[in-house]
Amino acid sequence: MMEILAQGQGELIGWHDPDENRRWVLENKSRELRDKRKSVTQAVREYIHDGDYLALGGFGHVRVSMAVVYEIIRQRRQHLVLAGKTAVHDADILIGSGCVDRIEVAYAFAQELRGLSPAGRRAVESGACRVVGETSNAGYQWRFLAGMLGVPFIPSRNLLGSDTLARSSCKVARDPWSEKPVCLIPAAYPDVAVFHVPRCDIYGNAQIDGTLIMDWELARAARRVIVTTEEIIAPEVIQERPWHTAIPFYVVDAVCEVPFGAHPTNMPYLYYFDEEHIGEWLEMSKTPEGTRDYFDKYVYGVPDYGAYLELVGGETKRAYLADVEHLRQPLRAPWLQKK
Amino acid sequence: MTTTTKPTYTATELMACVAARTLEDKRTVLVGTGLPMIGAILAQRTHAPGLVIIFEAGGVNPRVPTLPISVGDSRTFYHASAASSMHNVMSACQAGYVDFGFLGGAMMDRYGNLNTTVIGPWEAPEVRLPGSGGANDVGSLAQRTIIIIRQDRRKFVERVNFITTPGYLDGPGARERAGLPEGSGPYRVITQLAVYDFDEASKRLRLRALHPGVSTDDVRAASSFDLLLAETLEVTAPPTEEERRLLQEIDPAGMVIGK
Repeated sequence: MMEILAQGQGELIGWHDPDENRRWVLENKSRELRDKRKSVTQAVREYIHDGDYLALGGFGHVRVSMAVVYEIIRQRRQHLVLAGKTAVHDADILIGSGCVDRIEVAYAFAQELRGLSPAGRRAVESGACRVVGETSNAGYQWRFLAGMLGVPFIPSRNLLGSDTLARSSCKVARDPWSEKPVCLIPAAYPDVAVFHVPRCDIYGNAQIDGTLIMDWELARAARRVIVTTEEIIAPEVIQERPWHTAIPFYVVDAVCEVPFGAHPTNMPYLYYFDEEHIGEWLEMSKTPEGTRDYFDKYVYGVPDYGAYLELVGGETKRAYLADVEHLRQPLRAPWLQKK
Repeated sequence: MTTTTKPTYTATELMACVAARTLEDKRTVLVGTGLPMIGAILAQRTHAPGLVIIFEAGGVNPRVPTLPISVGDSRTFYHASAASSMHNVMSACQAGYVDFGFLGGAMMDRYGNLNTTVIGPWEAPEVRLPGSGGANDVGSLAQRTIIIIRQDRRKFVERVNFITTPGYLDGPGARERAGLPEGSGPYRVITQLAVYDFDEASKRLRLRALHPGVSTDDVRAASSFDLLLAETLEVTAPPTEEERRLLQEIDPAGMVIGK
């Protein structure tokens, strides 16, 4: 029996006995190469349910499937538990909308250089959104690694000695070999994970340009996977460079073609952050009324993502953000003037 | 303050320059958002062209064109050696490939323990801060951690109410007893007033250098805990014109450096 030296008090979310999860995978995940194309509306209706433990691919405001985030809000999902793995604009919007009321935090309630998030902070400080536990970015990374491996935990050397560990779902044990304390990070199997990628075939074989962040591990740990893609490409194109497949078809449940689907987040090599839009959100979300106005204008007030894109500037905006991404135009950021 | 003439540079510029000068050529540094990024990029464009900058989201050894907004945005792997993953970077850190970790902080105690999680009780926060992000990982796993923080009595505190990121915990040997990597820990602390290191025997914060025009009294007045003093105190060299020009080039929008 491994000697347990300390134990975090955080709530353990998304963990399953490895045999239970393996059984679930055996019974529920199709191995068939079949056409998985769906609309975003269908994919959200089918795979994201009230109370689900949700994880979003990318990096909070980099390569986030905002098309799905807005659709979750449009369909008024309730009581979602969010994996706060570098949760930035994605979490801010989801918490602000009221769809998420619990979060496990590696990073949340802030927007990196842009500062703290008014909506996220208001929700957590009023108790509308509850922090179920703390961890770190590598802590979350390795929860998904354990999930992907189908093992109950990953031993690690971060978190030790900190209050982050005291509020996490980790335990500290004595390593039977070195006899040093090691942190045991429990596996996480999100009910559903959502990714935005540049290219994917109809079966779900997805390519990613730029950093993978945690997507490799998260896609393989989650029970259900929705992929939105800038474009659907032929399986033959995937097969020409199969080493570029970051997410393989057998973990993917739905494929949705959504050009510009990560707006206003950064889509590497295609478009940079839309700081004008994020700035508008940060300004409007300073009050509950402004927050409601934002959702009325950009989510409930438009029938779908295409209409949203027209509202935020359409092709002109996309071309400008492509120029910023490729360093051809300077960044316009209204929040800079207020710093 | 004992200055008679107003300096031509800002405190932020000075902190960025000191940050850059602290880094060594042909070493690896894992950087956080804001000033740590700027310090590392400046070092690469001055005395440390072989400095390998690493970002937690997976960017390894980029030629960062302009200041990224995120440690994961596309600027962090621009013309990089690798656009890898967080698993790759954090594993490298844990295995000993990362010489310097570079963090900002909200509150710090004399052992370099950092709080970026919460002000007030954790269960009912007065102010909720972002949490660890990659800070705990960097502070735990990088060999030498550099901390940039604007010091005052509310930030240099007797006890942090939440240790988000471990410094030397409660003193000598505490990191190793907790299981953290041998010999790792905080290395320098850079503020708008001074530069600190940690006393070898007690692992307590020790004043090492004063910025131009700053006295030890100024520094003491901006800390809630007693500061150790090195035997000889250095004085920080002010930013050069070239350094200031490079800072504008790195952050043309003035996101951190200002306009």
